[in-house]
Amino acid sequence: MATVELTFSALPAHVRTARLVATAIARRTGVEESLLDEVRLAVGEACSRAVEAHRAHCPGEPIRIELRDDSGRFEVTVSDQAPSDEIKQEQPLDLGMLSDSFMSGFGIAVIAGLADDVEVFPSPKGMRIRMSWPAAANGRPA
Amino acid sequence: MDLKLDHHNEDRLTIVEVEGEIDVYTAPRLRELLIDLVNKGNFHLLVNMEKVDFLDSTGLGVLVGGLKRVRAHDGSLELVCTQERILKIFRITGLTKVFGIYASVDEAKEAHGKDK
Repeated sequence: MATVELTFSALPAHVRTARLVATAIARRTGVEESLLDEVRLAVGEACSRAVEAHRAHCPGEPIRIELRDDSGRFEVTVSDQAPSDEIKQEQPLDLGMLSDSFMSGFGIAVIAGLADDVEVFPSPKGMRIRMSWPAAANGRPA
Repeated sequence: MDLKLDHHNEDRLTIVEVEGEIDVYTAPRLRELLIDLVNKGNFHLLVNMEKVDFLDSTGLGVLVGGLKRVRAHDGSLELVCTQERILKIFRITGLTKVFGIYASVDEAKEAHGKDK
């Protein structure tokens, strides 16, 4: 098992860096090329959500990403430290209800539509989003 | 890649050219442009996304915000996009039912003309 950990300040500019790192490691881990766009978007959504949450609750605290190559899966965990007791439930799409910054739960809905396997762990001490995709067992491109 | 924005008017339609990545960092610039265009009386917007490399839910939120603003003036905000990677996020979120999405600027202009 190989693990890469990355922590970054809650700045929007750093989300792109996190996306690039995750995509590079996914490729190296052996995630199929056709899935790399999904990895990039899902990791970006998770990091964007975390950045927005930190900017609202704890702008000085860092956000952490762990990227693992574990038994044929490429696993990404994004952890923040902003309180999140509950996830907003999906609602029927109503343009009038959508704000410019969008609902924070919308990013999670996008992740759920992209990642092969997703778990969301909200808590008063922060949210953890774990997602994974199939990868080559030996870490080489499939 | 950063975000490049440009716009020009053709008849009553304002075509917004977007190139690069629309995410939590760059989306505010697109939001500002759309607000500025609406404030200056441009209520029929066509956003050309053929050169967009990346779009996330923050970018979707900006487009939805723009749509709300133009609709307040009986206007329209439609998109040009054929890239599967971008279309996928519109499908996942159900926004294909909210935006008119065309394969080319000419196709959108033709459809817009028929609506008159």
